[in-house]
Amino acid sequence: MSDYKLKLDNVTMIFGRRLIFKEINFEFENGKVYGIAGHNGSGKSTLAKIISGIIAPTRGKVIHTNSSKKIIPEKLHDYLGFVSPYLVLYDEFTAEENLIHFSKIRGHKYDHEKAEHLLNHFGIYDRRNDLLKGYSSGMKQRMKFVFALMHSPRLLLLDEPTSNLDNEGKESVYQIIEKESKDNLVIVASNEETDLSYCSNILEVEMFKKDNGTK
Amino acid sequence: MKALALFQKDWKSEVRTRYAINALAMFILVTISVILFSIGSEKITDYLTGGLLWVVIFFSAMSGLSRAFVSEEERGTTLTLQLIAAPSTVFSGKLLFNVLLVFLMNFVITFLYEILFESFTIENYSLFALAFLFGNIGIAVSSTMIAAIISKASSKGTLYPVLSFPILLPLILTLLELTKFSMDGKTIEESFVELAILVSYDVIMLTAGYLLFDFIWKD
Repeated sequence: MSDYKLKLDNVTMIFGRRLIFKEINFEFENGKVYGIAGHNGSGKSTLAKIISGIIAPTRGKVIHTNSSKKIIPEKLHDYLGFVSPYLVLYDEFTAEENLIHFSKIRGHKYDHEKAEHLLNHFGIYDRRNDLLKGYSSGMKQRMKFVFALMHSPRLLLLDEPTSNLDNEGKESVYQIIEKESKDNLVIVASNEETDLSYCSNILEVEMFKKDNGTK
Repeated sequence: MKALALFQKDWKSEVRTRYAINALAMFILVTISVILFSIGSEKITDYLTGGLLWVVIFFSAMSGLSRAFVSEEERGTTLTLQLIAAPSTVFSGKLLFNVLLVFLMNFVITFLYEILFESFTIENYSLFALAFLFGNIGIAVSSTMIAAIISKASSKGTLYPVLSFPILLPLILTLLELTKFSMDGKTIEESFVELAILVSYDVIMLTAGYLLFDFIWKD
């Protein structure tokens, strides 16, 4: 399996006049689980969005490399699996229809077996033909993991991964984190201690808040 | 292929939610009825009827074509799209969807015009068909771009026609002229300049769309 690396180079984010974080320099490598920690409103999700290329930082660069080759922003979605509470899938489609559309839009053939395996893992296989609007918030959260894993991403970015999940759902997530971290890079942004206990390195967003550059 | 898959997703979603089609259908019905009632038994000139056709088309486009992006933004699925497709794929897919909507909408409007307005008489159908084809593409490209811009704004409904008017004005003016020519029975050769403007508009807007969409699409 090729090396996947992610480098945050002097990443600074300012919303209006409010400094979210300043000059984050950090390197992530595959085969490990990294945590992004901080209290509510500290900027964990903002950093997750910057890493995933959804928003651009005010200053600095985010460099994704696969086998030492830089990944261009237009291709990043092929390497990235993203789960967050603010991710919304299409309510008017069933779980399976969602997955079929996503695979086709990605330009992949729909992998029926993989979908079946993931839906089973997250305990929603029996409801795969139900419209998503009939799903509970916990089931939707489980479905987001299936969405994020279908294309076998090299970087799995999980923002508050266990929100809305019951114990069984949380256990499914932890199993995925352990499995994916063997070959891929897993980043967990959370303030749940149990979520962060799976992380070997933790980036504390609070450390990068001081305007005087103290970290 | 990816853009086509996105178009298929949008079309299937549209069939289920009727997000844009209902708005467009109601707007077409209402505006044509209002024009018919306001004219009453008066006889209006051919040119005025031709002008009113593009007024109906412009405002109908304003009522339905923003939905391609606004519906994603309102449902919160923009992030999902950003995570599965490159900006160029999203723009192409949404453009295909809007092209289909514009053609459907304008076929219905022109058909209703043809049967309801006696003074709407086209002498040169091939010229009108060319103007219709390039005009529809121009409307679809511009409205897709503007829809992407306004979907991030808070007052989407008001901003869309306001922002669209100056961008669509050269297109609508050229289309008005070409409709007049096709009513007069002018040949395609005689209308070459206007047709060239129309094609140039489409090419410029399409190029600008692909170049600028990346900046609009990301926060």
